[in-house]
Amino acid sequence: MSTGIEAGALPVAAPVTSPVTSPVTPAPARGAGAGLAHLRRLALACVVPAALVAVWQVTTAGRPYSLIPPPAEVWAELRDLAVGGVNDDAFSGTLWTHLAASLGRVYGGFALAAAAALPLGLMIGRVPLIRALLDPVLQVLRPVPVTAWLPLAMILFGLGPRSAFFLVFLGAFYPILVNTVFGVRSVEPRLFEAAAMLGCTGPAQFVRVVLPAALPSIFTGLRLGLGFAWVVIVVGEMTGVQTGLGAIIMEARQLSRTEIVICGMAVIGVAGFVSDWLVMQLGRRLLAWSPNHG
Amino acid sequence: MADPTIPILDMRAVSKTYTAGGRRTEALREANLTVSRGAFVCLLGASGCGKSTLLRVAAGFEAPTAGEALMWGKPIAGPGPSRGMVFQDYGLFPWLTVRDNIGFGPKARGRPALEVRDTAERYIALVGLQAFADAYPHQLSGGMKQRVAIARVLANEAEVVLMDEPFGALDAMTRERLQDELLDLWSRTGLTILFVTHAIEEAIFLADRIVMMSPGPGRIEAIHPVELPRRRDVSSPAFNDLRRMLAAQLHSHHAPRAAA
Repeated sequence: MSTGIEAGALPVAAPVTSPVTSPVTPAPARGAGAGLAHLRRLALACVVPAALVAVWQVTTAGRPYSLIPPPAEVWAELRDLAVGGVNDDAFSGTLWTHLAASLGRVYGGFALAAAAALPLGLMIGRVPLIRALLDPVLQVLRPVPVTAWLPLAMILFGLGPRSAFFLVFLGAFYPILVNTVFGVRSVEPRLFEAAAMLGCTGPAQFVRVVLPAALPSIFTGLRLGLGFAWVVIVVGEMTGVQTGLGAIIMEARQLSRTEIVICGMAVIGVAGFVSDWLVMQLGRRLLAWSPNHG
Repeated sequence: MADPTIPILDMRAVSKTYTAGGRRTEALREANLTVSRGAFVCLLGASGCGKSTLLRVAAGFEAPTAGEALMWGKPIAGPGPSRGMVFQDYGLFPWLTVRDNIGFGPKARGRPALEVRDTAERYIALVGLQAFADAYPHQLSGGMKQRVAIARVLANEAEVVLMDEPFGALDAMTRERLQDELLDLWSRTGLTILFVTHAIEEAIFLADRIVMMSPGPGRIEAIHPVELPRRRDVSSPAFNDLRRMLAAQLHSHHAPRAAA
């Protein structure tokens, strides 16, 4: 990891010594070294998972009464879930339906949370009246775990996907809000002075100064929020929902189909990882200016 | 210059007192200063003499507790593009490239995109940063950052440039080069510059007039015209006479404090 950061820092120093090279283009010399470093990182990342699978295999294979199925069985089940043709039961080929349902709820709830938390965070951070009005309420509600909202959510939104949606929203809301407020409050006062003397005053500063200056923090909030959204989705889908990765895990548990439970867990892990990676790529593009990102 | 009867900046008995936690601090007492268009005025003094306060009042960042701050005869109501400020810590927007930092003012004032771009290019060239137009502030040296800060203010058609120890954080060689560049800009553009410094030599090298300020409470002690021919030779006897005189005056401010 550290080599990647150092390599990324190289072009930063470049323009000082050689004014001709664009500071954005990486130095050509780092190509081969970076490729090797990348492979090395990939190999290192695989060591622990490989060891875990090995332990799993050794402890479960060839024991018919093991409650945990061996890796090969889980792999076969995963293929059946994805394309069918192995067991041909009620679960065969349903993975994509469940995944799509969960993705919809995760991203829907997350988008709604971002849409609510971002403007609210900007205003709480910047407008004293709004802070005095809302901050105490939000701070008292914050320690309440999302899972504790489940019964109330079911009363408010009924049994079903709307409750799950609400819980995802709640799970993503606070990390985004808290980090946005923090980002806004830590904008250097000097930048407001600089904007004002250049003719940018009042509400225009929200768009031209507050938002971009707080963006690194906001991004941290978005990443955390999306992470929480994936955590909460399983809880949200555990009651009264027919589709979704949480629902399939609950159903499989009741039928003692542990291999399906593990498949659901793995798919959530991969989906969460991929969505975090996507947000990070977006962050890299938007935060190329920041010496601590990109 | 335009109308010599109305000064571009006019400080009339400006006082500024800060109150924090029940304690009052008198930062500036009854400062009188007029600056005519095209002048290069240095505010010189030790820390706590109110020179930055006076500059911030002129910028509109602080309202005077008593007295009046006027520009072209009208009260200064707040910060605005006619008075550009160059900060010691640059105050560049880290998320904008050099080009966009310089174009920030024109863009904020609603100029059309093409014009913003042209203006930015012109001022990038003026401060010699063509090769860095797409670089971000964290990729620049201190001297380059300060060039961007100056270009940003000029691109916004500032009539007065207020500079708060702008070269204080730079190394000696960069500082000398930027002083030369600033004088060159000043003589070519007819700008009015109000420049805060605590370095006697810098003040003599740059200013038409040196406003000597003293601390406790901050006030204007004396105003010295500098009539040495430009470009000034820092090793000439006349330069050194003036430096000795100003140094004696500056150090006399410290004497009572050192004894206490």
